[in-house]
Amino acid sequence: MVDISYYILLSAVLFTIGAMGVLVRRNPLIIFMSVELMLNAANLAFVSFASMHGSLDGQIFVFFVMTVAAAEVAVGLALIVQIFKSRHSINVDEMNSLKG
Amino acid sequence: METHGFAFLAPWLIFAPLVGLLLNILLGGWFMKQPWGERAIGAIAASASGAAFVVSALLAYTVSAAHGELMTVPFAQWIHIGTLELDWTFRLDSLSTTMMLVVSGVGTLIHIYAIGYMHEDVRFKNDIPRYQRFFVFLNLFIAAMMILVSGDSYMMLFVGWEGVGLCSFLLIGFWYDMDTLGRSSWANSNAAKKAFITNRIGDFGFLIAGFLMFWRLGSFQFDQVFAAAPALAASDHTTIILITLFMLIGVAGKSAQIPLYVWLPDAMAGPTPVSALIHAATMVTAGVYLITRSAPLYTLVPEAQYIVAMTGAVTALFAATIAVGQYDIKKVLAYSTISQLGFMVAAVGMGAYVAGMFHLITHAFFKALLFLSAGSVILGLERGHHHLAHGHGHGDHHEEVFDPGDMRNMGGLRKTMPVTFWLYMIGTLALAGIVPFAGFWSKDEILLDANLHYTGVYWILTIAAFLTAFYMGRQIWMVFFGEARHEAAAHAEESPAVMTVPLMVLAALSVLGGALNLPFEGFHNLTHWLGHTLGEVEAMPLNGVVAGVSTVLALTAIFVSWLLYGRNPLKAGQPDPLKKPLGLAFTGMENKWFVDEGYWFAIVDRYVDIARFLADKIDWEFWHDFVHEKVIAGTYNWLSNSALNEGLDKRVIDAIANGLGKATQWLSGTTRKFQNGFVRSYALSVFLGVVIILGYLLLK
Amino acid sequence: MEFLSQPLTLLTFFPLLGVLALAFIPGERKNLLRWTALVTTLVTFGLSLWVLSMFDASNPSLQLGKPYDWITVAGWNIQYHLGVDGLSILLVLLTAFLTPISILSTWTAVEERVKDFMMFFLLLEVGMMGVFLAQDLFLFYIFWEFTLVPMYFLIGIWGGPRRIYAAVKFFLYTMAGSILMLLAILWLGIYQQTFSVPEMIAKGGIPNGVQFWLFLAFTAAFAIKVPMWPLHSWLPDAHVEAPTAGSVILAGVLLKMGTYGFLRFNIPLFPQAAVQMAPWIALFATIGIIYGAAVSYAQSDVKKLVAYSSVSHLGFVMLGMFALNEQGIEGAILQMINHGLSTGALFLLIGMIYEQTHTREIKVYGGLWKITPIFGTIMLIASLSSMGLPGLNGFVGEFTILLGAFGSQAIGSPWFAGISAAGVIMAAVYILYMFQKMFLGPTGSIVEEVKHHGHALRDLNWREILTVLPLLIFIFWIGLYPKPFFDLMTPTVHNLVAALPLP
Repeated sequence: MVDISYYILLSAVLFTIGAMGVLVRRNPLIIFMSVELMLNAANLAFVSFASMHGSLDGQIFVFFVMTVAAAEVAVGLALIVQIFKSRHSINVDEMNSLKG
Repeated sequence: METHGFAFLAPWLIFAPLVGLLLNILLGGWFMKQPWGERAIGAIAASASGAAFVVSALLAYTVSAAHGELMTVPFAQWIHIGTLELDWTFRLDSLSTTMMLVVSGVGTLIHIYAIGYMHEDVRFKNDIPRYQRFFVFLNLFIAAMMILVSGDSYMMLFVGWEGVGLCSFLLIGFWYDMDTLGRSSWANSNAAKKAFITNRIGDFGFLIAGFLMFWRLGSFQFDQVFAAAPALAASDHTTIILITLFMLIGVAGKSAQIPLYVWLPDAMAGPTPVSALIHAATMVTAGVYLITRSAPLYTLVPEAQYIVAMTGAVTALFAATIAVGQYDIKKVLAYSTISQLGFMVAAVGMGAYVAGMFHLITHAFFKALLFLSAGSVILGLERGHHHLAHGHGHGDHHEEVFDPGDMRNMGGLRKTMPVTFWLYMIGTLALAGIVPFAGFWSKDEILLDANLHYTGVYWILTIAAFLTAFYMGRQIWMVFFGEARHEAAAHAEESPAVMTVPLMVLAALSVLGGALNLPFEGFHNLTHWLGHTLGEVEAMPLNGVVAGVSTVLALTAIFVSWLLYGRNPLKAGQPDPLKKPLGLAFTGMENKWFVDEGYWFAIVDRYVDIARFLADKIDWEFWHDFVHEKVIAGTYNWLSNSALNEGLDKRVIDAIANGLGKATQWLSGTTRKFQNGFVRSYALSVFLGVVIILGYLLLK
Repeated sequence: MEFLSQPLTLLTFFPLLGVLALAFIPGERKNLLRWTALVTTLVTFGLSLWVLSMFDASNPSLQLGKPYDWITVAGWNIQYHLGVDGLSILLVLLTAFLTPISILSTWTAVEERVKDFMMFFLLLEVGMMGVFLAQDLFLFYIFWEFTLVPMYFLIGIWGGPRRIYAAVKFFLYTMAGSILMLLAILWLGIYQQTFSVPEMIAKGGIPNGVQFWLFLAFTAAFAIKVPMWPLHSWLPDAHVEAPTAGSVILAGVLLKMGTYGFLRFNIPLFPQAAVQMAPWIALFATIGIIYGAAVSYAQSDVKKLVAYSSVSHLGFVMLGMFALNEQGIEGAILQMINHGLSTGALFLLIGMIYEQTHTREIKVYGGLWKITPIFGTIMLIASLSSMGLPGLNGFVGEFTILLGAFGSQAIGSPWFAGISAAGVIMAAVYILYMFQKMFLGPTGSIVEEVKHHGHALRDLNWREILTVLPLLIFIFWIGLYPKPFFDLMTPTVHNLVAALPLP
């Protein structure tokens, strides 16, 4: 039986990597992948806590998260395609038209 | 109630003239288009009045057949509220039927006369369609007068009382768009208005008397009032005095007594038949009738009786003095009427009701005769003038204003208008009180009573009688004798038969009217007849001294007038021979003692001033413009605009609101910089936020 | 929904059907609009006669309607209660009678926005009927305020040059008085646990001191409406600016709402206060009579003259009412009707000549009787009626009022009636002045001026004669045989007086 702390540690590392990716990278596709990474880090934490408490709640939540992630990617990719069509670039540093 | 004989006909006293009036209103327009139209209208009106006379005669017969018993003929209810019970009920007794006979009898004669008179009058005045209207009004007058004399309560009497006032207004103002000379003017309508308003002042007195009567005596119905009066007189004498004196105000208005007589001379603006019918024979005697009718009240209060008698006597003398100084043939007769009404009022004031009524009747005959003859004279001059204007070609005569009523334009008419002259002569002798004409007997009876009761009144009346004979003599000499002072008088023409025949009837009555009540045993007909209503009064025998004095005075007066006006006839443009010896006094007489001017100054002008002041200053400038506009609306506007809008709203509330807005603007200007549009910087802030919150939670 | 079939409900709301019908008629079909409005009001008049036929004159209490609960929340008992008795039956008839006449008078006078005019007029009729029929204070108040709205527009849209000013003034003054009344109504409704007038009268028991204040609050509303001196300042403006039909209804009916309010509410609800205040009301009424008559005489605008004469005439009504005896009150009710007839006729006639001459200056007229004989004769009759000539209606009212006031226990002094009787003289002065200056004397300058514009002055046409003829019939009828009219009110007035705590 592997100690729960390892799972959590892995989850935290993955989350940090994802978060740094979102903050640092300029390519939206990479940012998406980083977001996926963060979600999956969360999934890992859910699953490990679920197994620790012997309850299925965490497992069920993972399914929700996966569904949401799939939907998010679908919408996000569609947006990216549209943005590229209109701007011929997907560099996030050039996308500031929502500026106040 | 059981009615006798012809009593059921009583409502037809009123309906007969009303039917005539309606026929003339509805068909008159069509009649006027026919060549015989005027005669048809006149005939309808005269027969309506004649029908009323027939009804009156039948009613008088019924009353006399019942030995003067009082009959009442209820017709309809009028106003019934609580204890107030007013009905349309006719009262038939010797007094009311006497009045009915006089009114409808003289009225019918005047209707007939008017057929001829108005035929010419509308032509001289250039308004032929107005012929129809005259007879409508005349019939309306008969109807109103019948209501007056036949009513069984003070209020029904009042309906007629104001009704005749209205007719008087309409007929005085008959030529409402001109003056008496036919010039475009407000004069006639002013005269009409003056008559109505002056009468209304009298009516005010009548109303107050009525209110007192109702609340203190419990009714308006004659018998009930008279039955309750003695008890009240015993307990509350003052109230009865007040009732009778307020009633006297009404009498003064209607019967032209001091101080309300001023309307009657102006009323001569009406066509002459109107002056004869309304302003001499019938309407103006309504006051005398009222006092006679109220005899049971007046008898209870000798103080009031004395005041009534003095009012009458003073009026008789005062008006007689003015008559002496007048030049208009009708004005002389008008003041004479006021004077004679004074005789009547004095008589009924003294309690000599029969004498008053007797004089009322004879006066109706001879004064109607005089007025109508005067009308004949005036038309005669108009004809002469008309004749001249046409004879002399066009243009030169049109500008001249000719007054056909001015006695200074007359003279010598005895030759050109002989019939009228003789008729006028009879009327004059009757009025002057020469034996055996009607006026002698009635006036003598009044003087006799005055001699017995109030010596003061007797002397005043005697002087008035002297003046009466004098001014009538003056008139006769000026009008009919001497030489014509104007071409028109020289060319005057006699009137047609339709006018002179009624005059002859009236002349006959003026001669023989005295027979109604001769002061000899067995001839006191009127005394007995009216006694049924007024209670048996002692019939007085002839008093040789009184009769002698008055006859001598009358003859003297006529002689004096001959000395002044007959011996040396007036020349054209010559001033009145009385002017020199009397001086200022004559100026007073000529100018009606300036009473009109005094009233005008003291009352009319003041009323106009007050009304203007109230309307312009108080109501409009002060109340409407100042209080309501300035104070109320202005204050509100100031409050809402200057104080609240400019002050509170703009300075305080707006400042707060604007300040809030500005603060928000500044805040957003500052914070907007945080929103740079870069997703990753937002993510960073979220990240930092999470770190801070987590840090806080962990380090707490 | 049973209440819908009540005769009084039908009578009150029937004109709404007319409004509905008018809404579907195109605005340019003016004659159809006029006919629709006329027929509606004629049917309403028919309904009022139907109500009259069912009215039992010998019964002194409220008839032909019963109360329905309407708003009953939080202990407030507001009812929908229409009813008629001797105090209101004649006014209901007068309203139903004058409205078609007014509409007939607008036939050629109103050419602009006919549709709106007729709709407002019918709405006004609903309001007026409601005021005279409502027996619940709350319901009454709604109708009372409701009448303001159509009248406001009638003056404000179809009025003379200063119409907005006059309309606003009319609205505000009436409103100002009504506010105080509303407070009093609310106080009464809470204190008495009901808004129903008959129930309140039956309960009674309002302390004397409070009665006094409530009386004053109601007086504020009604005295402005009457208008009693010195609150009359809005009247000349409203009358002068209002269109003819508006003036007729204003003088004929709306002013009566004030006097009716005194009669229906002030006297029976606050009997002690009414008796106590009677001399004061009599004082103000007397001042109003004399003042109105004097001021009227000095006017140069004929409509203003008639407007001020209303102040005088309504003073008579108030004087008679607060004589608090049968003669006075019955005279006052009859005088309300009389004033509606005679002043209504005067306004109609003035409107008819105004339509031709477009001026109301008295001094430009003169000698009209010669040119327009029918017009002159009818005007003479209306004028004589207004100045109280015996034999015409005005006298019966004025006479009974003065008689009642002269011997009134409540007023306590014959002086008020005595002085007011002098108003009869002054009425003759201003009425004859008007008649003389317009119809007698030399021909006025306006005749030439009208001729100059291409068409000579004409006499009344058939429609115009038909408009005033009904009024003339009643002017004579009431003057000569007022018994049927008095019979309608006698039992109710008798009871009203019997319930008063007279000294």
